[in-house]
Amino acid sequence: MDLYQEIILEHSKRPLHAGLREPFNAQVHHVNPTCGDEVTLRVQLSGQGRSAMVADVSYDAAGCSISTAATSVLADEVIGHSVTQALTSFAAMRRMLTSKGADPGDEDEIGDGVAFAGVSKYPARIKCALLGWMAFTDALTQAGVDISQTSAAHSALSASDITTSDNTIARNTVTSNTRRTHD
Amino acid sequence: MSDIAVGAAFTTAESAAIRGDFAILARTVRGGKPLVYLDSGATSQKPRQMLDAERAFYEQHNAAVHRGAHQLAEEATDAYEGARATVARFIGAQTQEVVFTKNATEALNLVAYSFSNAGATGAMDGVDPALAARFALGVGDEIVITEMEHHSNLVPWQELARRTGATLRWIGVTDDGRLNLGDLDTVITERTKVVAFTHVSNVLGTINPVDVIVERARAVGALTVLDACQSVPHLAVDVVDLGVDFVAFSGHKMLGPLGIGVLWGRYDLLKAMPPFLTGGSMIEVVRMEGSTYADPPQRFEAGVPMAAQAVGLAAACDYLTDLGMARVTAHEHALTQALLDGLAQRPWVRVIGPVDGKDRSGAVAFVVDGIHPHDVGQILDDAGVAVRVGHHCAWPLHRRMDVTATTRASFAAYNTVSEVDALLTALDRVPVIFGTVL
Repeated sequence: MDLYQEIILEHSKRPLHAGLREPFNAQVHHVNPTCGDEVTLRVQLSGQGRSAMVADVSYDAAGCSISTAATSVLADEVIGHSVTQALTSFAAMRRMLTSKGADPGDEDEIGDGVAFAGVSKYPARIKCALLGWMAFTDALTQAGVDISQTSAAHSALSASDITTSDNTIARNTVTSNTRRTHD
Repeated sequence: MSDIAVGAAFTTAESAAIRGDFAILARTVRGGKPLVYLDSGATSQKPRQMLDAERAFYEQHNAAVHRGAHQLAEEATDAYEGARATVARFIGAQTQEVVFTKNATEALNLVAYSFSNAGATGAMDGVDPALAARFALGVGDEIVITEMEHHSNLVPWQELARRTGATLRWIGVTDDGRLNLGDLDTVITERTKVVAFTHVSNVLGTINPVDVIVERARAVGALTVLDACQSVPHLAVDVVDLGVDFVAFSGHKMLGPLGIGVLWGRYDLLKAMPPFLTGGSMIEVVRMEGSTYADPPQRFEAGVPMAAQAVGLAAACDYLTDLGMARVTAHEHALTQALLDGLAQRPWVRVIGPVDGKDRSGAVAFVVDGIHPHDVGQILDDAGVAVRVGHHCAWPLHRRMDVTATTRASFAAYNTVSEVDALLTALDRVPVIFGTVL
């Protein structure tokens, strides 16, 4: 099956940048209520606003191979890049994941994230791949970054993005993020 | 409980005939693989006989039940009330003790809300004070549930405790997935007003000793509420024999349609209870100043009822009766034993729940060493094997068993031993793909 690319298995077994580190500007805890997967994620920025640099993303994740690997790839992609670049990567990742297989992903934008293209064919797994990203954008907001002008502001997955056996729960997953961006 | 009726598993020919009634079982999934449906604990598949009954209702008798005097209205009402009688017979109940709800969750909420609604001014006027007192709940009173409850028999009681100031307590679960009955006398006390518990765990498959819990609850004068969602489809259930006061179950898990559940309650209790959902159908007299309410079961069936679903559910009851519940139980027990034996041969698999077939139903949850259940389920799905992954709406239970989530296979009468083999074969790919064994 095309879901479990070698690169995903590798990231899930040896996740990059794992563990919680100091210092950090914001820490968030996100849960996928369907399966109980959890991630605690910290963000440390240098600079202000969207031109700030993502100095560190550290995390403690308990989840499936897809969510663990996706968070590993996320950390590796955004650390050392600007918030704007990180949000662009997120938008590209989300576009690919919700494309139902139509968007193979752009390696320039999302790096190893392209290995997750197969996830888009399994609607129930999309939120696994996005758990870390949702936590990351939430942490950025809590760190004082206004992401409302970016496509990430619409990161809350609409019901049409995700078709799972438990749509209510899928919606719940993202409320914390939507709520925060609308506060 | 050792009183599971003795029957024989279905023969190969009988199994083939049963499967022929379920069109969906003939389809393929994930690129041409035969569907192996092992998720009946979530929802069962539907036999043609049930679908035909619903279609016949809509094509020949459809009208709003309990309204109008035209012929179709009479036929629809007869069909709906006839369905109630069939469902009642299926569980050994009196017809007027069966309330149709939209699902089991609503049935459980109906009972939970009866306690807090009973506290409203005038809600229990005309009710025998001794009976009314059984529904009075406040600070100092206790509600008892168990740690193995599905969220639908857990959250409504948490909320009831919050609304009334009562305290929620629970019976714990042992490491091998049984209720910790050593706790019984300390958890269920004179302060306990209601004990709500599951007949069969939707995760562990454990069949709970209803008689033991009921005996203790009765001794302290507490009402008992049984979640029978995972028992009624699989075991012969007689509500009078069980001795509980209320029983809730869903239609869709027992070969019936979605959108209908059942609450059974002792008639004197139902009669004492204030309404839950209010509106049309459930009234006696309505005046601008206030209203009075119909007797049960109508009191609890506000709005135009789901007649087609009731007819479908009755057809499902008839289907199960024709199969013979003793044989359904025996058949599923054989499948469960085959799966438990197969899993026992795989040291990298750990069953969450009783590892033997005693007092156990056909929900088998397990974890694979080092591999998340979502990933296990994905590999099984790739082989056409449909199981459930996650916490199965029993998050506190998973926490108690020290696992984040599990993979669960669950059986119904239409499953076969070769499907158990298909699951085990697909399962063997899991450690290979993830490189965790050898």
